[in-house]
Amino acid sequence: MQTPPKDQPGKKPGIIRVEGMHKWYGDFHVLKDLNLTVDQGERIVICGPSGSGKSTFIRCINRLEEHQQGKIIVDGIELTDDVRHIDTVRREVGMVFQHFNLFPHLTVLENCCLSPIWVRKTPRKEAEASAMEYLERVKIPDQANKFPGQLSGGQQQRVAIARALCMKPKIMLFDEPTSALDPEMIKEVLDVMIELAGSGMTMLCVTHEMGFAKTVADRVIFMDGGEIVEQAPPHEFFTNPQEARTQKFLQQILAH
Amino acid sequence: MTESTMKAPKKALRPVKWMRENLFSGWFNTVLTLGVAYLLVTSVGPLLNWFFLDANFVGSDPSACTGAGACWLFISQRLNFFIYGFYPDELQWRVDVMFLLLAVSFVPQFIERFPGRKWLGLFGIFGLPIVGYFLIPGGSFGLEEVQSSKWGGLMLTLILAYIGIIASLPIGILLALGRRSEMPIIRGICVVFIEVWRAVPLITVLFMASVMLPLFLPEGVNFEKLARALIGITLWQSAYMAEVIRGGLQAIPRGQYEAADALGLGYWRKMGLVILPQALKMVIPGIVNTFISLFKDTTLVLIIGLFDILGTVQSTVTDPAWQNVAIEGYVFVAFCFWVFCFGISRYSQNLERKLDTGHKT
Amino acid sequence: MKKQTIDTRPAGPKPWYDPRVRSLFFQAIAIALVFWGGWILVDNTLSNMESRGISTGFGFLGETAGFGIIMNLVPYDATMSYGRTFWVGLTNTLLVSAMGVVAATILGFIIGVARLSSNWLVAKMALVYIEVIRNIPLLLQIFFWYFAVLSNLPSPRQSVDVGGALFLNNRGLYLPDPVTQEGFGIVWGGILLAIAAVVGIRIWAKKRQLATGQIFPTFKVGVAILVLVPIISYLVAGRPLEWDLPALRGFNFGGGITIIPELAALWIALSLYTASFIAEIVRSGILSVSKGQTEASKALGLPNGLTLRLVVIPQAMRVIIPPLTSQYLNLVKNSSLATAIGYPDLVAVFMGTTLNQTGQAVEVVAITMAVYLTISLLISLFMNIYNRAVAIKER
Repeated sequence: MQTPPKDQPGKKPGIIRVEGMHKWYGDFHVLKDLNLTVDQGERIVICGPSGSGKSTFIRCINRLEEHQQGKIIVDGIELTDDVRHIDTVRREVGMVFQHFNLFPHLTVLENCCLSPIWVRKTPRKEAEASAMEYLERVKIPDQANKFPGQLSGGQQQRVAIARALCMKPKIMLFDEPTSALDPEMIKEVLDVMIELAGSGMTMLCVTHEMGFAKTVADRVIFMDGGEIVEQAPPHEFFTNPQEARTQKFLQQILAH
Repeated sequence: MTESTMKAPKKALRPVKWMRENLFSGWFNTVLTLGVAYLLVTSVGPLLNWFFLDANFVGSDPSACTGAGACWLFISQRLNFFIYGFYPDELQWRVDVMFLLLAVSFVPQFIERFPGRKWLGLFGIFGLPIVGYFLIPGGSFGLEEVQSSKWGGLMLTLILAYIGIIASLPIGILLALGRRSEMPIIRGICVVFIEVWRAVPLITVLFMASVMLPLFLPEGVNFEKLARALIGITLWQSAYMAEVIRGGLQAIPRGQYEAADALGLGYWRKMGLVILPQALKMVIPGIVNTFISLFKDTTLVLIIGLFDILGTVQSTVTDPAWQNVAIEGYVFVAFCFWVFCFGISRYSQNLERKLDTGHKT
Repeated sequence: MKKQTIDTRPAGPKPWYDPRVRSLFFQAIAIALVFWGGWILVDNTLSNMESRGISTGFGFLGETAGFGIIMNLVPYDATMSYGRTFWVGLTNTLLVSAMGVVAATILGFIIGVARLSSNWLVAKMALVYIEVIRNIPLLLQIFFWYFAVLSNLPSPRQSVDVGGALFLNNRGLYLPDPVTQEGFGIVWGGILLAIAAVVGIRIWAKKRQLATGQIFPTFKVGVAILVLVPIISYLVAGRPLEWDLPALRGFNFGGGITIIPELAALWIALSLYTASFIAEIVRSGILSVSKGQTEASKALGLPNGLTLRLVVIPQAMRVIIPPLTSQYLNLVKNSSLATAIGYPDLVAVFMGTTLNQTGQAVEVVAITMAVYLTISLLISLFMNIYNRAVAIKER
């Protein structure tokens, strides 16, 4: 796989920096004092029981949710109320959703070209050529002119990944990308993600796929009750968890 | 780790914050808010004066209306006419009984867990028309006869809407079943019937009922004007009813049809025992909504010379004894309709929400 | 369907147990019933008409009508035929319907969007408007505007005067009538040129985007061209347009364009009433686009304006258009309430006066219903074509 045209060799430290971040929904304290630094090219897997705030956390990183306290700095830009900063950050951060969220009124190719044309101002031909390249990378170039509704779940999720990659982002966020898929389709999506990880992309994945975490992640983060309870390299995380809550969680998901 | 009792940072006092977020976020919203607020402030005062402060409530004849405000006297003086039309005063208790029965059978439908409200509702649908059939026109059981030409006002409005909806229900069910039938000719007949009625305005139907119906019938047979209007309204309404019910039939999953077939139920048992009970329950909100629009549309009968509530008011606002009471009259009718329609539509929305959660599995 | 040879076919049931035979039987009965009922109706009608001395057929359409109509878009006077009264009524119906559709659409979209406004006051006002207007019968609203508002306006002598060009009184609204002079062709040329230029710019902008990726503000520039070019050509041609101003002549106004109060009342009431329904359609259409769609769009870096234009509106319109067309159809049908205040629409003129004078009930009612049926079929046809064109493809 070819590497994205980015300044790859000198890995920027701290492309994402989260410092003392808190978030409330009304009076409900969802995220408590999160601190995290992610270097360029790092692959992070975030796991934890449902309701632990992990999805909310990565949605804060491209400000689909706003935080009320603390700092989030992405690629040197701090996320504040400033619309220009938000737009700049979102251009550099791709996101893949649990429910794909493809635009049903546009074809696969149009889905992929939409943002490059309107935001990056890429000539249409160029945008389409590059979209086809990414569609080949996710192995569905033959579906380019179909509508999302005509594809299977796994195919739709791969299109969603291609769509995000078309913006040539520096960071990719994955919000439970395989949770809404039938078992036989999970693998085709994970394969694409593993390949992407191999190309040096900075990735943050919220997922329950522990196999994926073991093979790909540089670091596994365990969240519970809105806090980061533990973080460690996968080998350490799975064989020698330090915290009681982590142990309990691992027992539960590895039991079946 | 921080203590979990930490509170969200307060940016400002609550009301101030709320106003900043909901009324004054950005210059555009601020301008909008100020504009709307200005319009409200300048219009509420005069309206309030007209409605209450300068209005006349007491007195017995038009000369008592001296103020610059509304002459509500006009309404209270003619209220009897607006409610009963020309129905004889000493017999109005019969109409009152019907009003009472109507209220007893349908008001509990708004109250959840009212004991036996289902039975009251069923009585309202099946029993009430029978009682009304004997009570309102009289002529049997020693009741004095009252010609239908003397009926009018709110009472007539309710009769038209009520009979229109009740009578169109069975026809609508048959048409809906016919439209989903596998027999092409039956389906064709139903489609043509439904689409023709739905395409034409109610006025043309009423005209047709009052002008053409006498031509269609054999010589010597004739209906009163009210009956002709009711026939027209029922046929017209049944087409709309059919479409509402068809929506329910389509929403029943295929599996239900197959399960009924697998149990060896014939067509009518399958429909009557399995499909229709589910479909009808599902389309209650739709039926209520068509009732609301029929209720509003009954005002059209004044064009063919029947005195519904709007007809009675319209015929009195031109009374030379009262000067310039048109607005009062219209406001009164509007208020009556609004209370009914708004109340019923709220009820149907609640029902829709409840049914919605019941079917999302 | 499997192909079966006769040998392997199970023994056929007795004919009265065979569903196909049954189905044919029932359908035959249905046809017989319909024809029988139809025959009875026709027979009764013919004998009734004979006993009342009414002739049948459409010959009456050629006879002289002999009554006046207060408003006509096609030339008409009392010496013309009943056939002509049909066209007068039809054009009047189409006029008020078209005016109503335009006004109700604009108002409905504004109120529907206002209903979703983040401004609390604006959203609540829109809600109040919707809940009040749509729960009051349309006929009552027409009466209100006609009898309570418009007929309480001052008499022609005390008209409300706006700049000496626009007058409002209880006989109607009087507007200046533009009369084109010699040389107005240049202005028409300018308008055509502007349209051509906008089309050209669109094509060019698309090509440029294809080649360089630059996005041209087609909309803004297009609007500017459409406004400026005709104005410039108007000035260049020496202002070849004169206004026929309405003026008080005797007891009433003459000259200019008159909007009679019947038309105004019907138009206002129809527009306000239909707008309340359209507003709800627009609101639910916009709400039907799931939150995930806007989130995905934002995550791709599309700013709010583009998210609305490229993602939300195209999807909302698919939900909005079908109920919207049925509201248009309702508006056309509701325009027949004109009868109640004497606006000469199709029902008032043709099904009212013409029917009363000729007594040709069957023919007149049939023609009138056929007109509404045609309008309805045309609108449904348009809607089906549209739906097929924009349907979101599913597996």
